[in-house]
Amino acid sequence: MSHASTLTLPSEAPAARRLPGDLAIWVFILSEMLVFAVFFAAYAFARAKNVELFNEFQQTVNRDLGALNTFLLITGSWFVVRAVQAAHRDDLPAVPRNILLGFLCGGGFLVVKVIEYAAKFGAGITMSTNTFYMFYISLTFFHFMHVILGMVILAVIWTHARKGAYTRKDAHGLESGAAYWHMVDLLWIILFPLVYVMR
Amino acid sequence: MVMLKNPAHRAWLVLMVATVITWYLGEVGAAGTSAIVAMLVIAFIKGRLVILDFMELREAPRLWRILLEGWLILVSGLILLAYWMSLR
Repeated sequence: MSHASTLTLPSEAPAARRLPGDLAIWVFILSEMLVFAVFFAAYAFARAKNVELFNEFQQTVNRDLGALNTFLLITGSWFVVRAVQAAHRDDLPAVPRNILLGFLCGGGFLVVKVIEYAAKFGAGITMSTNTFYMFYISLTFFHFMHVILGMVILAVIWTHARKGAYTRKDAHGLESGAAYWHMVDLLWIILFPLVYVMR
Repeated sequence: MVMLKNPAHRAWLVLMVATVITWYLGEVGAAGTSAIVAMLVIAFIKGRLVILDFMELREAPRLWRILLEGWLILVSGLILLAYWMSLR
C-alpha cells in the first residue's frame, strides 16, 4: 500500500466516525421519535385493557393498503439513500433524480392513505367510534402529517440538488433531509405491524 | 449480485421481504405469543436496517447509534410488555 493510493482512494482510508447531516436535525428527529414512542406505548397499553375490542376492529382495517404503504416508504427511503450516495461520488445528475423518485413514493403513500381514509370515513367511522379507531385515526394521521413534512423537506433539497449543491465535499443539507425522511419510514415500520397486524 | 454489495440495496431487499412476511402473518390470522414475538422481531430487524443502512449510522459516533437503537429497544420492549400483559 503506497501513500498515493490512500490519497486517491479516500473511501479506503479508515474514516473517522461521522454523523451524517447536521446535529440539529438529529436532535429534532430524536424528539419526534420520543413523541411517537409515547403514542405507540399508549396504543399498546390501551389495547391491553380492551383486547377484544382492539382485536375485533383491527380486522376491519385494510392490511393490504398498509403493506403497500410500507413498500412505498421503504422504496422512497431507498431512493433517497441513492441520492446521498450519488452526491458522495459526485454523480450530480443522479442526486435530484433520486430525490424526486423518493418524493413520488411519498406522494403514492399519501394517495393510498387518502383512499384508506375515504373508505373509513365513508363508512361513518370517526375518532369517537371506539378506542381502537381513536388510536387508528390519530396515530396514522399524525404520521401522515410527518410524511407531508418529509415531502416538503425533499422538495426543498430537490431544488438545491438541481443546482448541483450537494457534492462529495459537502452534502450536509442533503444528509439532514434524508435522515428526516428515513425517520418517517422507521416510524411506519413500527406503526404498521402494531396497528394493522399484531394481535 | 454485484448490486447487493451496496448495503442500502441489501437493506431494501430484506425490508421488502420482511414486509411481505408480516403481511402474510396477518393474512393467515397469526395471533398469540409466538405471532406477536415474530412480528416484533421482524419490526426490530427492519428498524435496525433503516437506522444502520439508510440513516447511515453504522459509522456514526457511538452515542447516536446508541440513542436510535436504544429507542428501538425501548419501543419494542414497551409493546412486548403491553402485549404480554394482555395475554395473561
